Amino acid sequence: MSDRISLTIDGRQIEAEPGQTILEAAEEAGVYIPRLCWMKGLSAFGSCRVCTVRVNGRPQSACTQPAAPGMVVENDTQELRELRRSLIDMLFIEGNHFCMFCEKSGDCELQALAYRLGITAPQYPFMFPQRELDATHPEIFVDRNRCILCGRCVRASQELDGKHVFGFVGRGAGKKVAVNAESGLGGTDAAGDDEAVAACPTGSLLKKRVGFAVPVGQRRFDHQPIGSEIEQAQSEE
Amino acid sequence: MSTPNTRRVVIEPLTRVEGHGKVTLLLDENNQVEQARLHIVEFRGFERFIQGRPFWELPVLVQRLCGICPVSHHLCAAKAVDGIVGAEDLPLTAEKMRRLMHYGQMYQSHALHFFYLASPDLLFGFDAPVEKRNVIGVIAEYPDLAVQGVMMRKFGQEVIKATAGKKVHGTGAIPGGINKNLSIEERDFLLQDMDKMVEWSRAAVRIAKDYTLDNLEAVAGFGSFDSNHLSLVRQDGAMDLYDGNLRAVDSVGDTIIDQVSPLDYLEVIAEEVRPWSYMKFPFLKSVGPEEGWYRVGPLARINTCDFIDTPEAEAARKDFLSLTEGQPSNVTMAYHWARMIEALHAAEKIQLLLHDADLQGEDLVADFGGRREEYVAILEAPRGTLLHHYKVDENDQVTMANLIVSTTCNNEPMNRTVQKIASDSISGAPEITEGLLNNIEVGIRAYDPCLSCATHALGQMPLEVTLVDRQGRLIDRLARPE
Repeated sequence: MSDRISLTIDGRQIEAEPGQTILEAAEEAGVYIPRLCWMKGLSAFGSCRVCTVRVNGRPQSACTQPAAPGMVVENDTQELRELRRSLIDMLFIEGNHFCMFCEKSGDCELQALAYRLGITAPQYPFMFPQRELDATHPEIFVDRNRCILCGRCVRASQELDGKHVFGFVGRGAGKKVAVNAESGLGGTDAAGDDEAVAACPTGSLLKKRVGFAVPVGQRRFDHQPIGSEIEQAQSEE
Repeated sequence: MSTPNTRRVVIEPLTRVEGHGKVTLLLDENNQVEQARLHIVEFRGFERFIQGRPFWELPVLVQRLCGICPVSHHLCAAKAVDGIVGAEDLPLTAEKMRRLMHYGQMYQSHALHFFYLASPDLLFGFDAPVEKRNVIGVIAEYPDLAVQGVMMRKFGQEVIKATAGKKVHGTGAIPGGINKNLSIEERDFLLQDMDKMVEWSRAAVRIAKDYTLDNLEAVAGFGSFDSNHLSLVRQDGAMDLYDGNLRAVDSVGDTIIDQVSPLDYLEVIAEEVRPWSYMKFPFLKSVGPEEGWYRVGPLARINTCDFIDTPEAEAARKDFLSLTEGQPSNVTMAYHWARMIEALHAAEKIQLLLHDADLQGEDLVADFGGRREEYVAILEAPRGTLLHHYKVDENDQVTMANLIVSTTCNNEPMNRTVQKIASDSISGAPEITEGLLNNIEVGIRAYDPCLSCATHALGQMPLEVTLVDRQGRLIDRLARPE
C-alpha cells in the first residue's frame, strides 16, 4: 500500500492509485466531480472543462490531471459551482436544446447537470444556431442541434467500436461532428448498437424509433440527481 | 385614422379565454355596428418548424401547442404516427390507456372552463361588476362550488398523470401504443374519488341546465344563429371522443356528410384564408365557403351523434335535445350545458375504465406493419374536432404538417357570434359599458376557444389592425395593437 498517493479533496483525505486522475480517485472515494466529456472506458479528453477543480489553488481539469501526493483539491466550492454553471449555460445557449420535446429528457447528462447545479434558465442569450439533422441512416440519427462537442462518440467509435465514424471538422463556432462518408451517416459503417451511440450524453446521437418508450418516472435522472450513484456507492460501503 | 364619422372600439385583451385575442368593432355615426371581427393576435408556427423532425417526436412535440389540452394534440399525433408505422390494431391495454388519458383530459378541461372561466358570468350575470365576476368572486360567494371545480380539474389531471407520466406535457402515447400501463396503486388512488366525481359531474349538468332553462328567453337568442355542426361519430353513430369518422349535419339535423374517414378529409373540408386573422376559416366543400362553415365542440357533438354510450350522459343528452324536440340546438349559450354532459360522460367512462383489468395488461405496443409516408388522424378535443395530417420521408423526417384545430373550425361561428351580439346589444347605445362589452366576451367564451392552438400555422403577414368601410376599402391600418 506504500505506493498509494494521499491527497485531500475539499478538506477530506483520500487515496489514489499511481496514474489515476483526480476525477477517478475522487470517484473511487465517493466524491462526485461533475463532468460531461469524460466517460469511463474512454481516454480523457479534457474539453468541456466542467470537471475543473482547483489544485493547490490553480484551475485544472480533474479528468486529465493525475493525482499527486499532497495535492489540495477544491471541488464543491461556491466559486467552482458558479463556474460550472456558466459552462453548462454556455453549452445550452450555443446549441438548440429544447428539453421539452427531446426524447433524451430525463436521461440527458447535460440536463441533469443543469438541474444539479440549480440552473432554471440560462443567463446568456440564446444563439439559435442553424444546425442540421442527419437521419440518412436506417437505425440511428444525429441531431446536431443537441451536440455539445464532447467528442465521446468520436472516441467511442475509435476506441470501443474499432471504427472511425465520427470526427471533428471546423474550428471555433464552426466546429462540428462530421461522419466519414460524404453521403452522411447512412453512408458509414455505423450500427445501432455501436458504443458510440450509447456514449452520447445528450440527445444528439440516438437510435431511431425509440423515442419516449421509457415512461416519465422510470428515466435515469427522474428520482435522483446525476452523480448520486457515485456518492451513494461510497456511503453504502 | 378612422373616417370622421366612424369609431373604432377595441376590446383587448379578451379575458377568461385560453390565449390572447381581441375584438374590433367598427361603429358608424349612429353607433350602429358596421363590422365586428375577432382578431387572433397569437402566433405559433408549428406546422412549419416541425418539418425535419423525426416523426416519433411528434406526439410530444406538437402537444407543446397548448398547456390546457396538450393531451388532445399528443393523442392525435400519436394516432397519426400509428398510421405511419403501420400499427393497425393497438393492444387493448394501449387503446384503453390512451382513452383513459383522453377522458381525463376532457374532464379537466371542461371543469376548468365551466368553473374557472364561465361560471362567473353564469352565476353573477353578464352585467355584474367586473371585480365580482371572476373566479375569486365565485370562491367568495359559492365556496362549495368553487372547491368542486378545483377538485374536478385536479382529478382529471391526476388521470393524465397516471397515464402520461405528468399532469401537463407527458409522454404516454408512443408509436403503436403506450409506454406504461395503469398500476394497481394508481388505479386505487383514482378510484378513491371516482364516485364523488360522477356525483359532482351530475350536479354540474344540473347547474348548466337550470341556468339555461331559467334564462331561456335571454340566452336562446344570445349570439345564436343557425349553423352546421361537425364531429367524429362511431360507426354506430355513438359519440366517440377518441376515434371515429366525420359526420356533419345542418341546422335542422339533415346529414351533410357521414362516416367520412379522416383519411378523406381533404375531399370534404377546405380552409379559407382571410387577410386579417392568423386563423384560417374551414368549410365543408360540398356546401361552399359562404354557407359551409360549421361549429365543433360539445354543442356540435351532442347535435351530431345518435346516442351516447354511457347511461347518465345519454339521459342528459335526451333531456338536452328535448328542448329542441330532438333537432340540433343552435343556441350558442347551450355549449355550457353540452359541455357538462360531456364532462359527465367522461366521468362515466373513466369509472368504467378504472374497473377494467385490461389497463393492467403488459402488451403495450402493436406490431408494426407496412410503413406509410402519409397519414391523417382526427379526434375530438375538448373544444372540438382536431385533425393532424403528416407526411414523412424515407429518412423518417416530417416533410409536411397540417393541423386543423377546433378553435379554427369555430372561427367563423365566433365571428358570427360577435357580430350578432354586437348588433343586438351595442348598436344604438350611446355608451359602451363594461357589461355590454362583456357580452361579446361571454359569447366568445361559450365556445371555450383556445386561441394559442388555433394560430399554429405559419403566416406571412405582420400583426396589424385594419379598418375597412362597407365597400371593403382600407381606411386605417395599425402595424401593432395599441
